[in-house]
Amino acid sequence: MGMTMSEKILAKAAGHSNVKAGDIVWVKADIAMMHDLLGPWLIDGGFRRLGGKLFDKEKVVVVSDHCTPPATVQQADILKFTRDWARDQGLPYYYEFEGPCHQVIVEHGHVRPGRLILGTDSHTCMAGGLGAFATGIGSTEMIGVLLTGETWMKVPETIKVIWDGELPHGVYAKDIVLKTIKDIGHAGATYQTIEFSGSAIKSLSMDERLVLSNMAVEAGAKTGLIEPDETVIEFLRSKGVDDGLETVRSDEDASYAQILHYNASELEPQVACPHEVDNVHPISAVEGKAVDQVYLGSCTNGRISDLRVAAEILKGKKIAKNIRCLVVPASQHIWMEANKEGILEILTEAGCIVNMPSCGACGGFTSGVIGAGEVVMSSSNRNFRGRMGSSEGEVYLGSPAAVAATAIEGKITDPRKYLLQGVR
Amino acid sequence: MSYKIRGRVWKYGDNINTDIISPGQYMSQPVEKQAEHAMEAIDPEFSKKVRPGDILVAGHNFGSGSSRETAQMVLKHHEIGAIIANSFARIFYRNSINVGLPVVDMKDTSVILEGDEMEVDLLEGKIINHTQGTEYQGTKLPEHLIEMVQLGGLEPYLAKKLKFS
Ligand code: SF4
Repeated sequence: MGMTMSEKILAKAAGHSNVKAGDIVWVKADIAMMHDLLGPWLIDGGFRRLGGKLFDKEKVVVVSDHCTPPATVQQADILKFTRDWARDQGLPYYYEFEGPCHQVIVEHGHVRPGRLILGTDSHTCMAGGLGAFATGIGSTEMIGVLLTGETWMKVPETIKVIWDGELPHGVYAKDIVLKTIKDIGHAGATYQTIEFSGSAIKSLSMDERLVLSNMAVEAGAKTGLIEPDETVIEFLRSKGVDDGLETVRSDEDASYAQILHYNASELEPQVACPHEVDNVHPISAVEGKAVDQVYLGSCTNGRISDLRVAAEILKGKKIAKNIRCLVVPASQHIWMEANKEGILEILTEAGCIVNMPSCGACGGFTSGVIGAGEVVMSSSNRNFRGRMGSSEGEVYLGSPAAVAATAIEGKITDPRKYLLQGVR
Repeated sequence: MSYKIRGRVWKYGDNINTDIISPGQYMSQPVEKQAEHAMEAIDPEFSKKVRPGDILVAGHNFGSGSSRETAQMVLKHHEIGAIIANSFARIFYRNSINVGLPVVDMKDTSVILEGDEMEVDLLEGKIINHTQGTEYQGTKLPEHLIEMVQLGGLEPYLAKKLKFS
């Protein structure tokens, strides 16, 4: 019997030649990632009580992104605590004000194929887009990882999701993942890996692949994996990484809990409606729903290709009266790229507000939370009650193109009518 | 973590996620402040009515969403005795065991009613409903976690492993 990607990566991390789904193994982390809100300020007490010695400084990465820029004194205190902690521990890798952690660790080359990455955030699974086995853990569990470099894991079964064919114009990775989550259900992949494959996935850019792996947890999955190939290797080389580039793939005869097969060419733009990510409908079912705010950003869909498509749609246009359109590039690097390409100017002229890279409004922390009765159309990944502010608010999720088209009309809008043929 | 718990039931539905249990907007505040807002999106009276030892009973997928342990912290602040659900989200389940918040899953929680007086034996996975005079079998903890639970969570477990106690 062959092994899945998950089994191979966890076997390596456990120092075994072979593991199979269901086995409980002790695994060694290649990277332990924490962010400000669920990191040092929560774990420091326990960490110190247990000796306070890191297993390996080089493997611990801390990113301050949730409390940046701080909106309250408490957030400023957390940020300061995190910064001081990283300095006192002598961490070589501490980032702040650069953007959401998942994007930052990808851009800085910490994520590589075959690595085991544990982070104190549920969307840590995004790193699976480069073929790393990456999953979210709690802060207490992180204390153990920081001290010993290890934790226990049940080797997950895998759901293989195959998307063949070519995505139609105006339809994106976001639509693929929303449709997949709808079918699997928000808890349908609990304790399992989702492995995305097929010709439609293979032809996705690095930016788009990360959308899929980012949202695997919204189906309850432990991680979302895509077989690393030239796209991943080229991306990593462009970031100056030239070792640790061995790829890993599932064997032909690996066994799967379930295999789903789709034809991408039949897909339409999708929208996740309040208050669950699997409450997904084709955009035609919700077109015309009036919104108060539009949010283009987050670690899910705030990358350069997302901003490009929004600029394509918003160029020379104005956003609707009486709504706000917040644009939050997913990293400082992306912000600069967008600036160079003139995208920020196009978006600003259309009436958008460009905020600094941060978790801000996406998690309901700072810079653009919503009030009772307000409706948002967002390119982010989660629409739970209270996610972006008031529990009386409503969050709809869609692709960056759908978000941009919605900004123009002030109501949920099919992006295809604003896209020139041939532009993707 | 003590492994026999007795308390009265508050009943909830499916998919009680971490944004409901501990809303993001209060997460940088002290835990007692956060606890005032626990569950308020679906039960505004929660923080006023719960008493130490109370048991939360819910449907499928309890604790989905974020990896935030503030969800456990606010429930522990209210001294919730245990959570019984049809199923739990993965990270929430691990976190609860790690911090010593008892969680038990059982096939069908719909038979349990609000206000029932319940007793849970964590190690055996046994659930006794004193009000209805019935008994249910929940899932037993995986073998390798029993020691952790007996010691009171991951920190004491690590302390023993790393010889700090
Ligand atoms: S951008 Fe949103 S989803 Fe991503 S890490 Fe920040 S809060 Fe979480």
